[in-house]
Amino acid sequence: MTNVTTNLNRRSFLKVTAMAGGGMMLSFSWLAGCKPTPEEAMSMPKEWFELNSYIKIGENGLVTLMSPNPEFGSNVKTSMPMILAEELDVDWKNVMVEQADFFPERFERQFTGGSMGILLGWKPLRTAGATARQMLIKAAAQTWSVPAEEITTEAGMLYHKGSGKKAGYGEMASAAAKLEVPKEVPLKNVTDFKIIGNSKKNVEARNIVTGKSLFGIDHSQQGMLIAMIVHPPAFGLKVKSVDDAAARSMPGIKDVFTIQTLHDDYERNAFDTAAFTELVAIVGSTTWEVMNAKKTLKVEWEKIKDSNMVVNGWGGKQTVKVPGGLESTTAHKKAMAEMAKKPAKVLRKDGDPDAAFRKAAKVLERTYTAPFLAHNTMEPVNCFAHVTADEAHLTGPIQAPEFVTRTLTARLGLPKEKIHIKLARMGGGFGLRAYGHHMIEAAVISQKANAPIKLMYTREDDMTYGIYRPTYTATYRAALDKDNNVIAFHVRGGGIPEHPVHADRFPAGAVDNYLAEGWQIDSNITIGAFRAPRSNFIAGAEQSFLDELAELAGKDPIDFRLALLERAKNSPVGTHNDYDPDRYAGVLKLAREKSKWGEPAGNVHRGVAAYFCHNTYVAEVLDLTIENNKPMVQKVVAAVDCGIVINPDAASNMGEGGIVDGIGNALFGELTFQDGVPDKTNFDKYRLIRQKEAPKEIEVHFVKNEHDPTGLGEPLFPPTFAALANALYKAKGKRFYNQPFKKEEIALG
Amino acid sequence: MAKIDLKINGNRQTVDVDPATPVLWVLREHLNLVGTKYGCGMAMCGACTIHLNGVATRSCVLPVSAIGDKEITTIEGLSKDGGHPVQKAWMEHDVYQCGYCQSGQIMTAAALLKDNPNPTDEQIENAMNGNICRCGTYVRIKAAVKTAAKSL
Repeated sequence: MTNVTTNLNRRSFLKVTAMAGGGMMLSFSWLAGCKPTPEEAMSMPKEWFELNSYIKIGENGLVTLMSPNPEFGSNVKTSMPMILAEELDVDWKNVMVEQADFFPERFERQFTGGSMGILLGWKPLRTAGATARQMLIKAAAQTWSVPAEEITTEAGMLYHKGSGKKAGYGEMASAAAKLEVPKEVPLKNVTDFKIIGNSKKNVEARNIVTGKSLFGIDHSQQGMLIAMIVHPPAFGLKVKSVDDAAARSMPGIKDVFTIQTLHDDYERNAFDTAAFTELVAIVGSTTWEVMNAKKTLKVEWEKIKDSNMVVNGWGGKQTVKVPGGLESTTAHKKAMAEMAKKPAKVLRKDGDPDAAFRKAAKVLERTYTAPFLAHNTMEPVNCFAHVTADEAHLTGPIQAPEFVTRTLTARLGLPKEKIHIKLARMGGGFGLRAYGHHMIEAAVISQKANAPIKLMYTREDDMTYGIYRPTYTATYRAALDKDNNVIAFHVRGGGIPEHPVHADRFPAGAVDNYLAEGWQIDSNITIGAFRAPRSNFIAGAEQSFLDELAELAGKDPIDFRLALLERAKNSPVGTHNDYDPDRYAGVLKLAREKSKWGEPAGNVHRGVAAYFCHNTYVAEVLDLTIENNKPMVQKVVAAVDCGIVINPDAASNMGEGGIVDGIGNALFGELTFQDGVPDKTNFDKYRLIRQKEAPKEIEVHFVKNEHDPTGLGEPLFPPTFAALANALYKAKGKRFYNQPFKKEEIALG
Repeated sequence: MAKIDLKINGNRQTVDVDPATPVLWVLREHLNLVGTKYGCGMAMCGACTIHLNGVATRSCVLPVSAIGDKEITTIEGLSKDGGHPVQKAWMEHDVYQCGYCQSGQIMTAAALLKDNPNPTDEQIENAMNGNICRCGTYVRIKAAVKTAAKSL
């Protein structure tokens, strides 16, 4: 048992008068057996008692747990309440879950991204659960006149052994809610967990399979109009003039106007990314009518000039150059190839790499590239907004509501407390929804139209708006001595407009002479977080290179990595190595065991990769066969160390998704540009992985330990690129250096 | 605008819309049946899949005037409260992540199993290939289709 200090302040215990309840929530007991028998469900209580912002208990013992973070598919809406329920010590079947609105005074860090939800939610959620449990115990102790220390709890019941007294939480909830918040509360021992570590079904299961309204795009209300935007067709263009005469006369159209979402001198935050701040808005009755009117709009565009933009983001205020001009992929590639040859900013240097390379017995040098990628969430960008003179109500897909609130406050001229954001379930996120431009656009349109509106992007608007995964390149060099030991390692990575190098990651720390460099080229094409930013490229490059280096050294690729990790463990080079060699080696060993590494079936081509990012260690072994001359991924075995696993089956699902996404983007993902225009606008040309290309089988194994949990949304994605590339090499006898591999494979014949 | 009679989920309903309006938008914005999703508007992703006389059909490119007497079934009408074998199998395998594409996936799977209650792996892959799941739940989708087939 560990005691923790509670840091829930008084504001998080504010009683809210308009307590949510009623028919919109579904009792969990309906979901438990997949047999909907309403009579089994506990009825709704007459009264709710709020023990803290996360927990309400009804007089009949039914419990409502608030899920603080926005849900984009990583299932935090189930796993975060599981943590609360564990420490509260309730029966999961008597729990209901409710999505919290954005309410920073009541909930800590309502942000979904960076695979940090569970990592950063772990302690606050446990503490909130344990605090409520202690208050229930104290209420029972006072009611029964017995010492609190003698009271035990189990599954929503309070027991006093000596007197034989017992009561349900519901009976004590009213008294407990009146008590002072304890200053310090005990947390359970990990070995006593009953809910954590036991798979629970997704709390939205039945709503998802029956098509209930869940997403921002489904939102509607009385008097709501539909709005669409027209943004420039190319990066580097802006609106010159608008002829909206035809559009205005189209059926159902209420208004057409131009909006400025962010003023030029506005100091942006990290998630205010927007290439197009001046947009034409069309407002009408229905989506179909607005779509039709949009086609008749005539807009003249003009080129933007070079400019500077102040962004107050990560690492403080900085001035970002936005060059004018219409950019093309051909020119990008040429510029990147030139930059890749020049010395760049040194990010880390150990030993004397130059000298080591000079005396090497063998040197391997390889260059890897990857294109821009679009997020392509299945739910296109949308947002409902109703802005009046006094307040703003928004409902929409957003991973980072806190950041957009800041900008909405400045843009709308309303105080923070007058901006209300409902966190709609998101039809995918992948980083895109960290950016709040759609909320600003919806709010500004609503304000100007003086009506509640739902902003709808077409798929084309969504795919051509920007905020892409950057295009990257990295050149790796390694030196081997005559005994095939790695004596020097050099990575030089760059990209448009950011570089992908994490200088302190493996194999930094395992090689005496090490050099990491990074460079970047400015661009007016906007980029943003995309599932495992930077890692999503550099992992594939590094792990492909290590595979080739192992081969050059005449070593098994797993043994080769393990030997480097052993070196990093026993006599690490440098002091800032960003990984734990034991846990890194642990996943490689588990993957080796579970995949039966040394014994692939006769027609199977096998590749391995491992990576540590977003606080989680992953190794993957990928098996493919060649069917009708096409590579077919048969099986992927992943080994994962994310500490304690909250909800194992959902955790596995997350891992499976990351792997499928990795295979898809490695094979097909690509967005190129001609004169600033993206070459793909919809799924006819932008190829996403489909059922036939998915692996036949995926196994996700977790290392069992008692480390605090870390995240899973991102870490299984990056190594997949290399596991696939390394298996493709085994199959084809050619190395794959440039994504998407499908294109390269065709070129190779 | 034109008054159009429709048979949807066992009910008769009349809508007054531009006859060229795709069924998707009629469902979502005129009949408040929002389980059918917009993904691409060009029949490439399958999020808008409905049944037309029991056949899986993309509603985003289907003008409402082309429906005639055919019966429309949407995810809301597939069963009462999630009792269809495909929906139950989806819950058993906890297939979904974000869930956005799953109405379309379920409607495609239900139509497949109606015609072919015992599909091979290849037949499942072919039938489901038109439905994109950006979260990548394909392995579970296939497993759930097989489970549903067994329970038929």
